[in-house]
Amino acid sequence: MTDFGYTVSKPRRIDIDRNDMTLCDGILSSMPELQTCIGCGTCTAVCTAGNLTDFNFRRVHTLVRRGEYRGAYEAMNKCMLCGKCRLACPRGINTRAVVLLLKERLKGM
Amino acid sequence: MRHVIVIGGGVAGLQCATQLARTGVRVTLLEKEPRAGGKLLGWNSLFPSITPAAEVIGPLVEEAERSANIDLRTGCEVRSVGTGEVTLADGERIACDATVIATGFTIFDATVKEEYGYGLYDNVVTSVDLERMFGEGSVLLRDGSAPRRIAILHCVGSRDEKVCQRHCSKVCCVTGVKQAIELKRLYPSAEIYNFYMDLRMFGPGYEEMYREAQQQYNINFVRGRISEVSPTFEGRLQIKAEDTLTGRPLKMGVDMLVLMVGMKANAMNAVLAAEVEGLQMQPSGFMQPRDPFTGNVCSRSEGIFYAGAVTAPKNVCESLGEGMAAANSVVRWLDEQATRQNRTEEAR
Repeated sequence: MTDFGYTVSKPRRIDIDRNDMTLCDGILSSMPELQTCIGCGTCTAVCTAGNLTDFNFRRVHTLVRRGEYRGAYEAMNKCMLCGKCRLACPRGINTRAVVLLLKERLKGM
Repeated sequence: MRHVIVIGGGVAGLQCATQLARTGVRVTLLEKEPRAGGKLLGWNSLFPSITPAAEVIGPLVEEAERSANIDLRTGCEVRSVGTGEVTLADGERIACDATVIATGFTIFDATVKEEYGYGLYDNVVTSVDLERMFGEGSVLLRDGSAPRRIAILHCVGSRDEKVCQRHCSKVCCVTGVKQAIELKRLYPSAEIYNFYMDLRMFGPGYEEMYREAQQQYNINFVRGRISEVSPTFEGRLQIKAEDTLTGRPLKMGVDMLVLMVGMKANAMNAVLAAEVEGLQMQPSGFMQPRDPFTGNVCSRSEGIFYAGAVTAPKNVCESLGEGMAAANSVVRWLDEQATRQNRTEEAR
């Protein structure tokens, strides 16, 4: 077929009804404290990796909590596990452990 | 005996009237509804402790009814307020030494926000409806089944230019979290999503309750305002919002949508401001106290005082506090008046 160079844009919308929430539920039951995130972005502001790449820890884990797993594993690989985010989190979330948990559960997603 | 008229038999008016009566002042308490108690009569439980509302309002109503110093007149609408007298709707004029306006607020009419479908679709309810359902002991969908997924939308009729309500209604954030917890207690397997713009957990125990809702009750919080609600073929409700923390639009089907309706200023406030010398209204429609710090229960009109949500959205604790403060300010003002009069007489 002739390639005219057109593409079809995939919807950007998060569709909670279609997303498989079981993986997310499993992650949250292993780590209920992740649910206490208030989205302040302190983790991302102090992030060593985020300063050099487009890695945004807050955004990625929020997407995971909406059942959007694509790219999350690769994103977490940018983390250098320095742990500054954990020192800074006002809710006391063990963010470093969140990174490790996401890497464990989302491999291959 | 000194005589004070308290207009409004809600939590602030009752607190003010009973306190005045305890200090030996004769009080006429005017309530337009058939029963004293105000908005709390229709409310099941209070944040953050989930205390039954009846435990707060019950003893106050009882004391007001029992007190020999209080003439509680229900079903009694006020037409106008003047200096030293109040005129009722039926034309009766009651003289007094001071007046306390404790007329509270009006609940925002959710049908105005048509895009949320209140009154159009089944299973779109307000926080007030839900509170009544809690009181009746069951929260069910219109077809009698239990909801499996519920969305709670904050700021309905608050912080919204489109409905001429710029102000924050203050109590809805906490109510949304409280009701989410109560729904989860009723239906532990239900999924609950709170859609908020900001969460203002300003009081003691509120932030703790919010955290408990997140961690213990697994309630989901999405920062973003629902833009519209539409019915689905399966008879559910589809909602759309932006998940602003991920920067992506979001949609989902829910069984029930709860609208956190805000506090609207009473239409009567404009009449008061127009008719009574010295009374002023804020742009929000609530009455303007003489000073936001030291004169928050006083008006600019001598002998007319405020208590509770007539001056701004307030929670029950604040209204109770203002009831006390207004009673104290009234007594002090009456004492000053008496001293002044004695001096004048002595000078003669």
